[in-house]
Parts: sequence; C-alpha cells; structure tokens
Amino acid sequence: MSLKRHLFNEDLGIGGVSTHMRPRALNDDLHTETMILNMGPAHPATHGTARIAVELSGEEIIDAAVEVGYLHRGFEKMCETVDYNQVIPYTDRLNYVSPIINNVGWSLAVEKLLGVEVPKRAQYIRVILSEISRICDHLTCLGASAMELGAFTAFLYLVEAREYLWDLVEEVTGARLTISYTRVGGLKHDLTADFAEKMHEAFKGVRFHLDNSDRLLSRNRIFLDRMCDVAVVSKEKAFSYGLTGPILRASGGDFDIRKANPYSSYEDFDFEVPLGTKGDNYDRFNVRFEEMKQSMSICEQAIANLPDGPISIDDPHVVLEDKDEVYKSIDGMINHFELVIRGVEPPAGEVYMSVEGGNGEVGFYVVSDGSGKPYRCRVRPPSYIHMGIIKEMLLGHSIADVVPTFGMINMIGGECDR
Amino acid sequence: MEWLILFLKVFVVFQVAQGLASLCVWVERKGSALIQDRIGANRAGAFAQTDILLLKPVMPIIRLLGVLGIINTLVCDAVKALFKEDFLPENTSNFVHSLAPFMGAFPVFVAYALIPIAPDFTIAGYYIRPQVASLDVGILFIFAMGSIAVYGATIAGWVGNNKFSLLGGLRTAAQMISYELALGLSLVCMVILYGTLDLYEMIEAQSTLLFGFLPAWGVFTQPIAFIIFFIAGMAETKRAPFDLPEAESELVAGYFTEYSGMKFLLFWLGEFAEIALLSALMVIMFFGGWDIPFVHYPETWWGALIGHAVFMAKVSFFCVLQIVIRWTLPRFRYDQLMTMGWKMLLPIAMFNLLLTGALKLLM
Repeated sequence: MSLKRHLFNEDLGIGGVSTHMRPRALNDDLHTETMILNMGPAHPATHGTARIAVELSGEEIIDAAVEVGYLHRGFEKMCETVDYNQVIPYTDRLNYVSPIINNVGWSLAVEKLLGVEVPKRAQYIRVILSEISRICDHLTCLGASAMELGAFTAFLYLVEAREYLWDLVEEVTGARLTISYTRVGGLKHDLTADFAEKMHEAFKGVRFHLDNSDRLLSRNRIFLDRMCDVAVVSKEKAFSYGLTGPILRASGGDFDIRKANPYSSYEDFDFEVPLGTKGDNYDRFNVRFEEMKQSMSICEQAIANLPDGPISIDDPHVVLEDKDEVYKSIDGMINHFELVIRGVEPPAGEVYMSVEGGNGEVGFYVVSDGSGKPYRCRVRPPSYIHMGIIKEMLLGHSIADVVPTFGMINMIGGECDR
Repeated sequence: MEWLILFLKVFVVFQVAQGLASLCVWVERKGSALIQDRIGANRAGAFAQTDILLLKPVMPIIRLLGVLGIINTLVCDAVKALFKEDFLPENTSNFVHSLAPFMGAFPVFVAYALIPIAPDFTIAGYYIRPQVASLDVGILFIFAMGSIAVYGATIAGWVGNNKFSLLGGLRTAAQMISYELALGLSLVCMVILYGTLDLYEMIEAQSTLLFGFLPAWGVFTQPIAFIIFFIAGMAETKRAPFDLPEAESELVAGYFTEYSGMKFLLFWLGEFAEIALLSALMVIMFFGGWDIPFVHYPETWWGALIGHAVFMAKVSFFCVLQIVIRWTLPRFRYDQLMTMGWKMLLPIAMFNLLLTGALKLLM
C-alpha cells in the first residue's frame, strides 16, 4: 500500500482523538504511537484550499500527504467553449493575486499563434502592469508568511502596501481583482494621463512599508530562527522537481523567463535576478523581497521610456475597429460584425508560450483548428508543480513549520486547481 | 468594623484586578489598531441618542466612550459572549468542560489577594494595610496559584476531544513547567536579597537609595533576575512570542479550540488578568511598587491614594509594554522555546542565584 493512500485512509480523528500504530522495528523498545493530523482543507491558516495530512511523532513530521483539487473549475474545458478574447476573464481567476500576468500570458500565446506582435507601447504597458502585479503577489505571500509566524503587524503593513498598488491597478483598468485588461493584439485601453505621477506616489508608499517590514522582520532573531534552515531544497532537487520562479531562484537556480526567453520587450530593461544560496525559507523570503525592488525599478524604467504610438495592432481581424470607422464605413461595419460573431481566428497549429508569473512559469499551450475557439488549451500552473515537493520539504520538521513552508510555496488555489 | 474593612479590601482589590484586565483588553484592541494603522473598535455607542431629559448631559460622555471603543470592548463583547451558544463537543464531560475555564481564571484572581495596592494608612483610628491577605508565604502562594492555572489549560486541551486542542494542552503543560523553573529561580534571588517573602516588605526594602542617587529598586540591584523574570513571566501568560499553546496558524486555536461563548471569554479574562498580575509583580519586586525616589508618602488616606495612582501607572506601563511586544514579534517554534527555557534561561538563573548567594554571604 502506498504511503499516501495509507495516510488518507486512516481514521483522521473526526470527533475524537485517535492514534495510529506504525509497524515497529525490532529494536524499538518504547511503545509509542504516532498521530495523524489532518490540516485543511478548512484549516484557518492554509492559503487556498489544500489538504495536508501529516503523521506526527510528538511534534515531528514523519510522513505527509498533500491533496489538491478542491478548487477545480474546469478552466481548460471552459476555454474550449468561448472565443480567444473571452478566455481572458477566465485567466483572471488563475492566480487571482496577479491577474495581469495571466492576461498577458494568454494574449501572448494567442498572438504567437497569430504571428503578430503588439506595438512597443502596449508591450511596455504590459510590462509595467505585470511588474506591479508581481509586487502584489510577493507582498501577499510575504505578508501571509509573516502572519503565519505570528507577526500580524507586518502582515497588515504589507497588505497596506499592496493596497496602494491595487488602487493604481484600479485607476488603469477599472477593477481591482478581476481585471481582464489585455486583449488579443493589444490592450483594452491606454494608461490614464497622470499614471506616472500616481505610480511614483504609490511606490513611495510601498517602499516605506517595505522598509518598515524589513525592520520588523529581516533581522528579527525569532524570525530568522523560524525561517533559516527550514525546508531546504538543493539546486539539483529544485530542477529535478521542475520548480520555477522565486522558489527555484532561492535554491540558486538561475532561471527567469524574463531573462532566458524575453517576451514583451523585457530585454529593454536593466534588472537583476536575485538568487539565493541555501534554498531555505529565509532565502525564499529574501528573493521575493529583492524581486519587489527590482520590479519597481523595471516599472520606473518603463514609464520613463514609454514610447508613443498605438496600443493595439492595426488588423481589423484581430482588434475591434474604432467606433468611428464602424459607424461610418461599410468595411468597418463588416469587420466589427465578423470579429464579434466569429472571434479571432488564428491559423491551425499549436503553440506554447510562457511568462514569468508571481510564483514561477505560467505557461499556456494552445491548439487551434482554425476556428474562432481554441481546440484545446492547457495551462502550466507553477503552484501545481510546486505542490509536489511539499512532502519532501516537510519531512523531519516540526508541525509549526508546515504552514510557513506552505506559505512560502505560495500555493494559489485558483491557479493550482484550475 | 474589622469585617467591613476586610470586605471593602476584597471589593477594591477585585475591582482593581478586573479594571486592569479590562484595561488590557481595551489596549489590546485599540492599541493594536494604533500599531497596525487600523481604526479599531469605534462604533458601538458612538452615535447614541436619547429622549430622556435626565440622561442628556451624559450622552456626550457615552459617545466619547463609544468612539474610543470602550463600550465595544467592555459591554458589547461581554454581552455577545454571554448570548452565544455554549458548544459542547461530543463524548466529553460537561462538568470537566466547564471546570477548565474556571480553573484557568479563578486562581489568577485569587492571587491578587496578595498584591498590596497602596502604602498603608490610618483612617479614623483604624490602621489599614491595602492588601487582602498578608500571608507569610507571600510570593510562594502566588506561584502556587499560577501552577493551578496550568491545569485549566491542560484540562481544556484534553476535554476538547480534538487533536489540535490536545496538542495545545500538551504544549501548555510543557511550556509552563519549563519556564516556571527559571521564573522561580529568578525570584529566589529576590527573596535572598530582600530577606522576606512578603510582598509589602519587599516594597519597603526598595524605598532606600543606592550610592545616594539611585533608587534601590530590584531592577538596579538584580538586572539579570529582572530580565529572566520578564521573559519567563511572558511565557507564563501564553502570549506572543510565546503563544504556542494557541498558535492559530498551526493549531487552529490551540487548547480552547472547542470552547465558545462565556467559557471562551473566561480563558481570555484569565489571560489578561495574568498579564496584569505579572506586571504588578514586576512593579512590586523590581520597580519599587509605589515608591518614587526622594518622596515619602504621608500615612493618610490621600497619601495612600497618590501611592495607589503611582502603583497603577507603573503596572499599566508594563501591561501596555507586554501588549506592544505581543503585536511586534513573531512566534517561537516549539523546540526553540524549549531550548531557550532549559539551555539559556535556566543556567543563567542558576548562575545569578549563585552570584547573589555569594555576594550576600560576603557582604
């Protein structure tokens, strides 16, 4: 019987304390029993809905099993029923902390299928908003992890910093969470006129709160003791488990899609990819902290060099035409009608396009049969792949490390379960 | 008359204990809001109106209390807890389930009987010492009561019939026993220094000056003992960074996971009363009680009143300090807590005891 089945089949002690006899070795002299503790899917501290069953010997974890899928919505199947632009609202619900990155990923995948590239201005705006979303993602992750360790104040400071950024996102897109800002072939609309000033103002607030939290946490002895040397993942192991994003980089794996395979003009910007050395929770914390600073620098570079020009490609078969054109010319009217009724129709083929999400590589694999709807769509969610290593990270650590480690993995239910 | 005086003493001391606990609850809510850039409780009673002419003059005061969140903390929370369903888990004994919160809160309030709250004074020919019971064992009694309070949490952890409560209860027991050793040893130093177990005499022993300018407070004569007492005392109150028994991110709510309503509130009340008790003990043993350097209180009722005010101010300071610490620091891990208790605090406390004993012999 596999260990996983074993753990989940045990009586998990609903309505009573139960213990569990482990097969004992010959040289065991003390009669002790282990306890199976079921954390989640409704445990107050699990992010998203995942279930972790751990077998405890005292407070030490000797076995663990992870179960995901409580938030499965059939994203991939839903995509097959709507046209390419209508998928964008669905992608908002993948990693709902940084929805723009998913929007951008999907749009890029479809544009790759179409063989088009959006104008420079649109690319820059996509970069700005992606990086703001990345900061939001990291702020949420770090804040939640601080809260898990009992530092509730740091959590609220970081959430307040996120609030400034969400105000900024709201200013541009009109929504805070489910944004649907990009379109195949461009953007919904341009930045607002005073976006640059508002962004600098917001970043000032974010930097202030980051400094505050840095002072509260980074050199705090208790925080260091809790984070250092917990859940160490070596570089080799990180690669072999397919980890990406900040978790891989914390282990020292130098892989960032923004550098390795630049999309949306990332090659224009000067930024560093922070790397960890040990691969413990503290490295993961620090890598995310550094990345936020790098992201802010990217945003500032982008806004300073923001080119003028259109924000969408000039192709009436991909992007809706101006209303002026639609109302006043027969061509425009027909194009509008065709696009609304049939949708964007990329040539038959298949593409894989990945972007650097908040948690790692967010990839979209799209198959087109030439019609207005995707024939098949598959998402590579970073969280789902990261969940694979949790058991290995937890073994041998104490029960107090479960939730902080889980928090540093930053599993987002919507993305993991799709 | 004697009985009346005793009754009044009990009444006043109990009010002081309750007042301090309530103050802690209020600072916990409103102070944490201040720390965290939030607004905090400010609604209940903030818009109070009345048509009764007699009550009109007091309405501004009620509205002010409402804005400050005092009505919310002291009235609404209690009323809410009273009317909540008293949940009883399956297959447990109702008696033991009710006993646990009682055992958690009651001994703490009993311990207040030993706390002198003001310098003694004479009124209408009666000499009054504002302390309910001046036992010879003094400080030992307080620690006996503190040890009983451990049973409350442990029983609560057991009777919840829930794995999270069980772990919380076990953690409580282990943490209390580990830290009571260091706590006790740091106190032995103070007992050696003052040569008495009685708290009132301890305060009197501190009302002199060291080298002509420094008050002879325990914190100056025994700084190591103070630090150990503070840390171990915070561990006794089960508050962050030592809130492992109720660590919400690991154990849902720890030992009181299966409690609700007034029983749940009793645990909290006991916890806050314990914070205030710890602060009072710290003030009495290390900060000279109501003593202010170069000031002598007259043995009259108003002298005692001023002394009481000074004492309460000092105690409130330490209550607030503990709450600020609680909202600043993250939580220890279980093994780190044990390491700190057994490998750091205990050896230091023992060394300090040895040093104190040697110095006492030499001097």
